[in-house]
Parts: sequence; structure tokens; C-alpha cells
Amino acid sequence: MKKLFPLLVVVAAVMFACAPTMILNTPYESTMGLVQKIFYFHAPLGMAMFLAAFVSGIGSALLLFTGRPRWDRWAVAGAELTSIVGLLVLVTGPLWARRAWGAWWVWDPRITSTLVMWMIFNAYLLLRRYGGLGSEKLAAAVALFGMANVPFVYWSVNVWRTMHPKTSVIPTLPASMGTTFWFCVAAILLVTTVLIMLRVELEKRRQELDALYLAAED
Amino acid sequence: MKRFVMLALLVLTLAVPLAAQKPAAQDEFVPVTGAPAGAQETIPAQRLVGIAYGFIWVVLFGYVWSVRSRLSRVEREIETVSRRVPERK
Repeated sequence: MKKLFPLLVVVAAVMFACAPTMILNTPYESTMGLVQKIFYFHAPLGMAMFLAAFVSGIGSALLLFTGRPRWDRWAVAGAELTSIVGLLVLVTGPLWARRAWGAWWVWDPRITSTLVMWMIFNAYLLLRRYGGLGSEKLAAAVALFGMANVPFVYWSVNVWRTMHPKTSVIPTLPASMGTTFWFCVAAILLVTTVLIMLRVELEKRRQELDALYLAAED
Repeated sequence: MKRFVMLALLVLTLAVPLAAQKPAAQDEFVPVTGAPAGAQETIPAQRLVGIAYGFIWVVLFGYVWSVRSRLSRVEREIETVSRRVPERK
């Protein structure tokens, strides 16, 4: 995996750098025009947020069941990325909404549930930072609640009446828009994966440092 | 620095729902002479798209830089502590 990592970084960086050119050459949407182009990063970032939440939730579940510290690294990395990517989703969405709906923010089920999910993962990070010894297990439970939110966020647009585009928008994209969209999805998911792996490495080294401190004290 | 980041995160988490409250309903109209400056206000789409993509790039690069600097700090600390461990044995 370590040998594959540099290749993954290069592919992710090249794809991420090429994405704006592809977006620029994609046709405008008929009613929203240029501002709809935010969609090519906004929706994939939403998917990346779900990916990071799943990594954190599954890592937390495995930590609770096995007690192995290695799973904690994935839980922390996933939670931090959920917070970072979630922030991007929550900022790019209103920029699009301001033009498309005429309002920066509406208390729409999709937007509100995304905000709640983002706050749960921020609560996780605050708990890890200030919770003291043993907070990782309590935080793991918080991450599980955060992950449980993902299906609600995803299906909220189909279940409740909402201004947000439905999930059916993506499978029905014409080829001219679909190619760019799926390229951006691949680029952003790859970048998120690289960042999660980088963050896991940091957590691994931190755990090693803690073990060294303990050895030095003995 | 870490404390500042965590404090900012806490403030942001608490402030977003408050800041995002619906504005209070207007209960009176105040007349002005001539057209108000913001009457034709529309934000150009280019600016919104530019801000969106710029923000994404800045945050992601900032995050990569943050992880790299944290990693190199931990590496330095590991080096210092591991030098101390064999000394004690």
C-alpha cells in the first residue's frame, strides 16, 4: 500500500488539476446558467463527506468491538475529513443557492440534515481534543451516530418536500454533463482517500510517540 | 494554535445555526428619496463560481499543509524522545 501511495497522490493531483478545465468546457444548464457549474464540485464533495463519515463510523465500530488502536486512527482521520469536506459542502451550497433560489440559506431537509451531520463530527473532534483519557470510546459512539445520519441526508430530498435537487438528477445527466461530473467524482473521492491516508499516517505516528513517552517514563 | 483552531471550530459550530436563522419579519417600510443603491443588486455568477472553487482549493491546500506540518512536528518529537529512551536503558 505504501508503494501505491505516491502513485495515488500523483493521479489524484492531476485529476483534481484537470477538473476545472473539463468543467469550463461543459455546456451550461438551461435555467441556472453558469452558477450550476458549482454542482460539479459541490455534489462530489457531498459524496466525499459520506465516504469520510463511513470511514469514521466503521473505524469507530471496529474500535468498540475489537479495542485495537489501529481502528481509532481511521475513526479520527474520517471524522476530521468529514468536518473539512463538510465545510466545503456547506459553503459551496449557499453560493449556488444565492443565485438559483435567491437565498443564501433555507431550512430545507437536505441542508439542515447535512448541517446536523457536520456538527456531530465537529462534536466528535471536540470530544477527542478535550475529553481526556478514554474519550475515544465515547467519541466512537458519537461517530456511529454521525454515520447513521448519512442515509437520512441522502434520502431527505426524495422523502420530504424540498427545494434541493433530487437524487434522480445524477442518473439522468446527459452525457455531456455526466462525463465531467463522474470525472469530478473520481477526482474528489481520490483526493479524499489520499487525505484520509495521510491523516491516518499522522495518527499512527502520534500513537508511536505516545508509546515512546510511556517507555521513556518507565 | 491547536487550541485556537478547536475554539474556532466550537464557535463556528455554535454560530452557524444562529447566524442562519430566518431574518425577523419586517414590520415597517422606511421611504428613501430616489432609488436605493441595492435596488438592482444581483451577484454575478462568475463571482459566486470563482469564490466556490477558490475556497475549495484554499481549504484543501491549507489542510494538506496542516497535516504535513503536524506530521513533521511529530517526527521531530519522535526523534528527540527515541534518543532519550536508549539512554535510560
